Amino acid sequence: MTKKLAALSLVAGMLAITAPYATAEVVLPDAVMIDDGEVAKSLTGSAGNPENGRKVFANRKQGNCLACHMNKDLSEQPFHGEVGPTLDGVADRWEEPELRAILINSKIALSEDTIMPSFYRLKNGARTMDKFDGKTILSAEQVEDVLAYLKTLKEE
Amino acid sequence: MHRTGKKLAVIAGAFALTIGLASHSAGDPDENSLAIEGETIVTDVKAPADSPLEHLYSGWRFRASETQSLQTDDFENPGMVAVEQAIDQFAMVDGSEGKACADCHADVSDFKGLRPNLPRWDEAKSKPETLEHIINECRTERMGAKAWKWEAQEMLNMTALIGLQSRGMPVTVETGGPMASVWEKGKELYYTRVGQLDMSCAHCHENNYGKMIRADHLSQGHINGFPVYRLKWGGLGSIHRRFKGCMQNIRATPFKRGSDEFIALELYVASRGKGLSVEVPSVRN
Ligand code: HEC
Ligand code: HEC
Ligand code: HEC
Repeated sequence: MTKKLAALSLVAGMLAITAPYATAEVVLPDAVMIDDGEVAKSLTGSAGNPENGRKVFANRKQGNCLACHMNKDLSEQPFHGEVGPTLDGVADRWEEPELRAILINSKIALSEDTIMPSFYRLKNGARTMDKFDGKTILSAEQVEDVLAYLKTLKEE
Repeated sequence: MHRTGKKLAVIAGAFALTIGLASHSAGDPDENSLAIEGETIVTDVKAPADSPLEHLYSGWRFRASETQSLQTDDFENPGMVAVEQAIDQFAMVDGSEGKACADCHADVSDFKGLRPNLPRWDEAKSKPETLEHIINECRTERMGAKAWKWEAQEMLNMTALIGLQSRGMPVTVETGGPMASVWEKGKELYYTRVGQLDMSCAHCHENNYGKMIRADHLSQGHINGFPVYRLKWGGLGSIHRRFKGCMQNIRATPFKRGSDEFIALELYVASRGKGLSVEVPSVRN
């Protein structure tokens, strides 16, 4: 078991921004089914890590969610965008399966016209740079981590 | 454009429970007006009937006041150094014919009125031409000199000097006749989602101008001020350089400077700014 974990993190390290597809449990991007705006099951088979999710949320090279969303919980970070709605209290408004679907594919879960990137989808816009082509913006783990973090954003 | 209306409806529906959208007016362009050396520059004008926008605003209106003020005075405008250099270049002999620009063009102010109409159709070559092409045509075909590279300092200097002659004049670029198909192509490019982040120019510059995207205040993405002096670049940059940067930011492989695609996009984007004043060389962050 520990051996398997070590091998996994090695793969994750090598692939950097892509998911560790080698694992049996991870749901591959093409296999994700969004059903009525929801994805019920975890992409990794387990719950994400909210602390890491908080970092991914702010990181400009990863989620970069702050580019478009305000979030009081990250007030130590300068410059919150206002393209999308504030995510304060987002967990009061959406259930976990809905939030997962929004992260995976905003075009299906929110609207076809949305500016919000789809974070767990292989095929994106035309002329995607070679180094990003055929890759997801976030790994399955990162999606689950961000999701776990979003679930902490409650106001009620 | 219908997209905007539809999108707003979607947002309104989805976020009925969240704070009202009216608060977004906080990010609208500011109320400042621009006069340079006593000359009024139109930085906001009612959009033409066929425009997807209701009102046009120059990018100047979205910049911080410190950046804005650099453009109100030619002694403060860092882009004017390039213009000074271009005045020298204009009189300098170059190439096998032993000629300077000034030998054939007695006064650079003769180019007044040129910038607002570019890019335009080149009858002889049967394709669209930009200011860079026109300058290089004189260099290679009339002076026996080497073409300047698109982003060469000499080229940026010269496009700034020639653009400056039309400062204050409204953009009027021709989109009919032989330019119609080029314009259509540019329009298609403008609305095509590109890159891993999967956005079109319109997602930022049409649907979300006036809002902050992280530290940047989104403008309508007009090109009436190009070449622009960008504080970030520490110098002038061309229209196509800016297009490249915007594509790279969304993880798309940009087209090349001078490519048919960017020339088409330049025409289309120019046409979206019809009526705004030429404000070359503008200053942006
Ligand atoms: C380029 C801008 C952009 C980025 C980057 C972005 N979003 Fe969004 N997001 C939006 C917009 C705009 C909406 C509103 C729906 C619409 O108009 O499509 C939205 C909606 C949402 C919603 C639904 C919000 C609600 O309150 O109803 C959630 C949740 C969300 N985004 C989470 C995220 C997370 C998490 C990230 C980072 C991993 C992220 N977004 C990155 C633009 C963005
Ligand atoms: C993710 C959002 C985004 C997208 C998509 C985008 N841009 Fe931009 N663009 C910006 C930002 C931010 C700036 C700097 C602030 C401003 O002027 O909006 C900018 C600036 C510009 C400017 C300079 C405006 C001025 O007044 O100096 C032009 C021109 C421009 N963009 C054109 C384009 C074109 C053409 C496309 C499509 C190929 C595009 N942009 C796509 C974000 C974007
Ligand atoms: C040997 C003479 C000659 C030299 C030298 C020359 N040009 Fe020209 N230029 C012309 C001619 C001829 C035309 C086309 C006729 C016209 O429209 O004026 C032209 C056209 C132009 C135009 C387009 C004018 C318009 O309104 O359509 C620009 C701009 C221009 N030249 C810039 C330059 C610059 C900059 C240089 C120096 C790098 C230069 N020229 C050197 C002869 C010359």
